[in-house]
Amino acid sequence: MSILNRSKAPKIAEQNAGRKLFGSRGATITVWIMAVIWTIPTFGLFATSFRPKADISSTGWWNLFLHPHLTFANYSAIFSTSTVSGIPNGIWPYIVNSFVITIPAVIFPITIATMAAYCLAWVKFRGSDIIFYGIFALQIVPIQLTLVPLLNLFRSGADSGAHIGSLTLIPGLNIAGKFAGIWVPHTMFALPLAIYLLHNFIASLPRDLMEAANVDGASHFTVFRRIVLPLSIPAIAAFTIFQFLWVWNDLLVALTFTGGTEGIDPLNNKLAGLAGTWGSHWELLTSSAFIQILVPLAVFFSLQRYFVRGLLAGSVK
Amino acid sequence: MSNFWSDNLPKLGQMVAAIAIFLAVLAVIFFIAGKANGKKQRPIAILVFLGPALLLVVIGLLGPAIRTLILSFKGSASHHWVGFSNYHWLFTDPSERIVLRNTVFWILFTPIITTGLGLLLAVLLDRMRRESVAKSLIFMPMAISFVGASIVWEFVYKYANTNQPQVGLMSSIAKHLGFEPPNWLLTQPLNTFLLMVVFVWSQTGFAMVILSAAIKAVPADVMEASALDGAHGWKLFRGVTFPMVRSTFIVVLATMVVSTLKLFDIVRASTGGNFGTSVLANEMYSETFIRYDAGRGAAMAIVLFLLVIPVLVYNITNLRRERAIS
Amino acid sequence: MSISKKGLLAGVATATVALVATFVAPAAYAGTSSAACANVGSGYAVQKGKTVEVFTSVVGDELTRYAAASADFTACTGIKINWNGSDQFEAQLPVRVAGGTAPDLALVPQPGLIAQMVATGKAVPAPNAVKNNINRYWSKSWRGLGSVNGTFYAAPNSANLKSLVWYSPKQFAKYGYTVPTTWTAMMAQSDKMAAAGQTAWCGGIGSGGATGWPATDWLEEVVVREAGATVYNNWINHTVKFSDAPIIHAMNTVWNWMGNSKYVGKVSTIATTSFQDAVTGIPSGKCMQLQQASFIAASLPAGSVVSPTGDAWVYYLPGINPAVTTPVEGGGEFYLAFNSNKATVEVQTYLSTPQWAVSRIKAAGSNGGWLSANSGVPSSTYSNPLDALSAKYLSDPSSTFVFDASDAMPAAIGNGAEWTGFTDWFANGTPVKTVAAKIDAAWPSASN
Repeated sequence: MSILNRSKAPKIAEQNAGRKLFGSRGATITVWIMAVIWTIPTFGLFATSFRPKADISSTGWWNLFLHPHLTFANYSAIFSTSTVSGIPNGIWPYIVNSFVITIPAVIFPITIATMAAYCLAWVKFRGSDIIFYGIFALQIVPIQLTLVPLLNLFRSGADSGAHIGSLTLIPGLNIAGKFAGIWVPHTMFALPLAIYLLHNFIASLPRDLMEAANVDGASHFTVFRRIVLPLSIPAIAAFTIFQFLWVWNDLLVALTFTGGTEGIDPLNNKLAGLAGTWGSHWELLTSSAFIQILVPLAVFFSLQRYFVRGLLAGSVK
Repeated sequence: MSNFWSDNLPKLGQMVAAIAIFLAVLAVIFFIAGKANGKKQRPIAILVFLGPALLLVVIGLLGPAIRTLILSFKGSASHHWVGFSNYHWLFTDPSERIVLRNTVFWILFTPIITTGLGLLLAVLLDRMRRESVAKSLIFMPMAISFVGASIVWEFVYKYANTNQPQVGLMSSIAKHLGFEPPNWLLTQPLNTFLLMVVFVWSQTGFAMVILSAAIKAVPADVMEASALDGAHGWKLFRGVTFPMVRSTFIVVLATMVVSTLKLFDIVRASTGGNFGTSVLANEMYSETFIRYDAGRGAAMAIVLFLLVIPVLVYNITNLRRERAIS
Repeated sequence: MSISKKGLLAGVATATVALVATFVAPAAYAGTSSAACANVGSGYAVQKGKTVEVFTSVVGDELTRYAAASADFTACTGIKINWNGSDQFEAQLPVRVAGGTAPDLALVPQPGLIAQMVATGKAVPAPNAVKNNINRYWSKSWRGLGSVNGTFYAAPNSANLKSLVWYSPKQFAKYGYTVPTTWTAMMAQSDKMAAAGQTAWCGGIGSGGATGWPATDWLEEVVVREAGATVYNNWINHTVKFSDAPIIHAMNTVWNWMGNSKYVGKVSTIATTSFQDAVTGIPSGKCMQLQQASFIAASLPAGSVVSPTGDAWVYYLPGINPAVTTPVEGGGEFYLAFNSNKATVEVQTYLSTPQWAVSRIKAAGSNGGWLSANSGVPSSTYSNPLDALSAKYLSDPSSTFVFDASDAMPAAIGNGAEWTGFTDWFANGTPVKTVAAKIDAAWPSASN
């Protein structure tokens, strides 16, 4: 599947004319004031991660500036995990697991959601609106309440699968405790929001563009590949960031669907246990929060360049 | 290190294989389905585009939602039918009424504040250079794991006994300003609003990124043309920018309503739902997983579901109107 | 189309299985080690390559010690124990049991939850070998805690002593305070501290979603001290209600102690202070005493010396009613099995032996923090003085032992109404009768 017809993607640099025109000192100052306010708690966490345990609980983190007393102990403790954290083999295998879980759990739902959103927006049929709103409303279903039926569906053996009374609707899929058993629920849970957000974007693509393609005799599959996908890149990029983040930071889904299988736990589940049974090492949570933030942040930065003005330039009258 | 690779290469292999199979199957289906023509083309396209999503959503969400509805009419261990008694309890128990009231407070304030701030930032960011640093600073709270965030905010709202030094940020600011700080998380209804601040702090990044993507999608020539017509600042925003991103604004707002309704971890970590701060989602969690009353938990989930309906209706009317315009 | 879509998912799953089959080598097994077997005891069948999962709420370095302690068993029998710890254990266990992916064994900290799991029909009664160990090494009250409706299910793991008061020997020496041996003397000394402008008692009941639990311990200590074990156990099964005279009386005693602003400063602060933070004031004398179990030692500021002459140490919370001899409140966890596979039974059996308890105590080393009520464990095994002291009270045949009541009550009370009720009590000074009536009203009906 070709993701992007490159000849259609305009050069980014050319699109800055509009920005320059509206460049304003007031905007810059306001944004920076807000950015600083937003960063105070984040910075507090960052500063706390370099403070010794005794200081953390006895004084506020801003005392770091009055009495600088820095330590890397919280960070080194996470990497020399044999002593303190119940992660005898170090955190690297779990980082690999996190990637193996997250990347498909981002690609699958976004692909499926983009297809569904295109269909609901441009291949209308009787009942398509009802389906769209139904999907939107399903966002509210608490994931916690889906766990038991899904576990029964994913395992194998007696009484597995989905039933009504004695009638088996779907047999057990036997994917519990495997990576597929984590990818599938993540995909299911991501779909309502992904379809909702992408539908909004795809529905607002210019009608004449679609009609012109139809006149040329292009099938829906061609339109989807050649027009919809390339033009939806900013929306897809935006959702990718969040889906990546949610899966990367997820505790519940992985915890439930790994089902005690060794060796497929993601990083987050391991880091959650760092505080220890009685919370006696909770100072390690501040540093682990920052280790964990690095990857989503890198994803955010690398997808930034797709938020550019004017992918549609010239296509609207 | 060789051990590391022999342990982890198979996993990475699985991942690559799964993605490759997924994309290959799609490509084949697209190729074959694309060959269809005439009357069959439309139904096949609908099936191919919508079928997978529908199947997954029906199995993963609709099925469990129906099961929840059934459980809400059963007792704590789901053995007996109890009629509407779980709902009756939810609407008459005095402490559950406070929970419902708080939930309404949350819906009234947080989505609009979060989305509004996100829009403001998105608009302003669009007008400045080197936006990516500022953007990522505001995005960062979203990426911080929840445990981390609760530690930070504990140090903002912490209150120590009167004869001891204050280590909380707000308490020590209050002390420097010369007044005796209240026990923040204990003071009603201030505490609920303090918890809302945490939500706004963490979710504004979401609103900002989505709205920013929408603003970038406003064609540059439209902006330039309006600017040449003399539109600036507020006028440009009201006349050009906002109408162009209006539908996205509503989408983000609706999403924020849903996340507000589902919210429970902020409340759980900071007050455990005590001191009159609990919300429906937190009680649902406690009833289901701490007090093991599946019936009451399910009834709460169903009420949450009903609370989304007004948002749904608003969305429908809005979409209809937009279609009427275009 | 939806059918071929499902085919796709199944295809991915099959590919996954195929890849696993290709790449994962069978677990290496070194073979029976006689040195290890000597530590484990005899009678276990060798079962190469078998793994038994023990699901537990224990995480972090504590969990590492469980793994270390069971290394000999694995070396001897070839059965690997997967110690799977999660801080979401209480929420996850019922989900996994209902979802059909129950662990082999679960280390359950509440007798209430054992009963709940037995009610699902998925838990299995303890095998004979475990029963024999229980009859041989544990007291009747421990046996009863692992039983549901007369059937014995779960053998105890560790025990902990709750009836302790933390204080700083250095601070006590500085001000000339002594360790009290009666409740009256303890209160009189607290009055002295208050008169000297000190905060006599530290307190914190904050614990996220579990906020309120330390206050339930305070009440339990007082109930057993004033009314004895019979009333206490009837209180657990609600034949004695919260609103009945003995419990109301005990609540008033608690309020004159931990709810007394003379001793604790602003009482409402207790509701918003985390239970871990409460102990941090002990070494410096910021506050003088704290009623809390021994595990809180882990939350003391780094570098604190825990010893009878150091920065922090404990004394036994004295009795009130002389008719109740040496009242002791304890807690503990229990191994509940969800299948009777041969490997599961072997592990379950081993975990009920003195050999296991000794191995686990040794794995803790001087850090301590793990003790057993297994009478087959020689008291000399404890190298940590605090544990030795706790073990002394737990194994004393003359003491009146009661189990943590909130853990034994139904979850709607012990994890619900009691926590929120007591938090409200301390936060707002709600009258005890109102608090008690609210908790009684929340008591679940027998049939559901």
